[in-house]
Amino acid sequence: MEMHRTERGLALNLTGEWRALAYGKIDAALAAVDLSGSRRLEIATDRLAGLDLTGAWRLREFVLQARHAGVQVAFAGTPPDQLRLVEETLRPSEVAGAASRPVGEAPAEIVGLPVQAEVATLAFIGHRAVALWRDMVGALAFLGRLSGTALHALRHPRSLRPISVARHVYDTGITAIPIVALIAFLISIIVAYMSAQQLRSFGAEIFVADLVTIGVLRELGVLLTAIVVAGRSGSAFAAEIGSMKLNEEVDALRATGVDPFEALVLPRVLGLVISLPLLTVVADLVGLVGGAVLCVSLLHMPLDQYAHRVSQAISRTTFWVGIIKAPVFAVLIAMAGAHRGMQVRGSSRELGRLTTVAVVQAIFLVILADALFAVLFMEMGV
Amino acid sequence: MYPVLEVRGLVNRFGPQLVHDGLDMEVRADEVFGIVGGSGTGKSVLLRSILGLQRPQAGTIRIEGHDITQLSGAALRAVKARYGVTFQQGALYSSLSVLQNVQLPMIEHLRALPASARDELAMLKIRLVGLPADAARKYPAELSGGMVKRAALARALALDPRLLFLDEPTSGLDPIGAAAFDELMLYLQKQLRLTVVMITHDLDSIFRTCNRVGVIVDRRMETDTLERIVDHPHPWIQAYFHGERASIHLKVAAHGA
Repeated sequence: MEMHRTERGLALNLTGEWRALAYGKIDAALAAVDLSGSRRLEIATDRLAGLDLTGAWRLREFVLQARHAGVQVAFAGTPPDQLRLVEETLRPSEVAGAASRPVGEAPAEIVGLPVQAEVATLAFIGHRAVALWRDMVGALAFLGRLSGTALHALRHPRSLRPISVARHVYDTGITAIPIVALIAFLISIIVAYMSAQQLRSFGAEIFVADLVTIGVLRELGVLLTAIVVAGRSGSAFAAEIGSMKLNEEVDALRATGVDPFEALVLPRVLGLVISLPLLTVVADLVGLVGGAVLCVSLLHMPLDQYAHRVSQAISRTTFWVGIIKAPVFAVLIAMAGAHRGMQVRGSSRELGRLTTVAVVQAIFLVILADALFAVLFMEMGV
Repeated sequence: MYPVLEVRGLVNRFGPQLVHDGLDMEVRADEVFGIVGGSGTGKSVLLRSILGLQRPQAGTIRIEGHDITQLSGAALRAVKARYGVTFQQGALYSSLSVLQNVQLPMIEHLRALPASARDELAMLKIRLVGLPADAARKYPAELSGGMVKRAALARALALDPRLLFLDEPTSGLDPIGAAAFDELMLYLQKQLRLTVVMITHDLDSIFRTCNRVGVIVDRRMETDTLERIVDHPHPWIQAYFHGERASIHLKVAAHGA
């Protein structure tokens, strides 16, 4: 850009490429123009190598600013077309002043008057309470629909979709065996090691076997398996169903006359109800092996003695008290995942948020249910 | 003066499947170039190669003189700032509002632009494509199909590119909406002196907007002006331009001439 003063005022001769990618340079050049003391400004654009809308918009801003400062602005020759295009596009159309408010700012009515902090806090609590209530009602409705679909499927076994169920048994069960086994092994070793350290002071190391057996079979085996599965499969359910919702696949099913609860939700619930107890059996076995490894290697307990203690510790109920919880946990995990997946709408951010909610809720529900089982079994005396 | 876009000897292969075998293509400044081809002939693969989304096995692709097959990192990024693209389904970022969608390329490439100027420039682009001002605050899920296409066009124009790629811009629109989009595209092409490359199946759109057409047949491209390509002897091109659906355009063209 060239600039020189004439007797009538300031003359600007624009040169070079005035394009979006050179905005920084254009902005700096125009900001450096000193308008003070000038009555008249003449702008020549015939030597511009290029002018796009971004450049034209910046030039228009400059002209408006100059006019506001009381400077007469004129173009040498005709003003460039691009400037006219910007002018026409930005001209307020239907609603006068609609475009004059900078976009991105909240409209005035939302900003409103400053609200007292106590009122805002109360409003916040109220909003959250209502949202929580609706969420609970929604979850109950989901459980109701699922039960209805399950009852219907029991009476019409053909709608059970065995192939789909088998796929979910494979995805949630078989492929989870390595990680579940590894975690059960490590946890049982930790339990055995900790208890060995404590029991050693009483000379009662022999009871390490009892502790591992009861701990793993009653609680740890099923609980840890459920938490791992909640992280693996609860999230997968929510993400799968959620992306199908975003892709309108769920609507396509519905439009074809297929109930998405029957086609998507029920096979997942059934698959998990089958696979979680089986995974728990694996975790229990590996847990006992882990205890054996520690007892034999660290406490130098003969293997047959460990086996004897284990069989002594197992009463008729020990194994079943653990395993009976697995299907209940499975229903909770599958429901949390599928329910949140079905709630996804609109954007990929929702998908991420609801997948997170599904996993957190599944783990919470599993632990809550485990606590209720503990109370129940205590009352029953098993 | 080199062509705006020049593809030479392009080869794309997926395993045993040869998609392009020595494809040549040349787009000149200020024209509307249509890419036509049957399903599975590699229109999308061609576009993805040109956009630098996948590397071809052989060949050169020059955009304004820069061979993008040889570029990477910052140099490739600089070339990518020089063109705009709209994808078939719009590909608007679903967690951002229309205004934020248009601003995203500006934030990425125009660091010098202050937030207030960004707001106004994005608004300028949104109004330029004929969207109402209140569409700016809406999210993609709240827009109709036609509005999604327009919002995608506004985003493609965010950096005022001189080269614009449109992938099936009128698919999924009703004939009136599609015609309106064609007119909008022609208006912008004239006003902003754009070079437009578009993939399309829409015969109405081709006859209304394209100066030259490239047809992908037998893994290569046959290019000619619209008036001459309809007489090309290749059977697929004959079937395409002389089928039942195309005949009305040819009659109209004959009467007009």
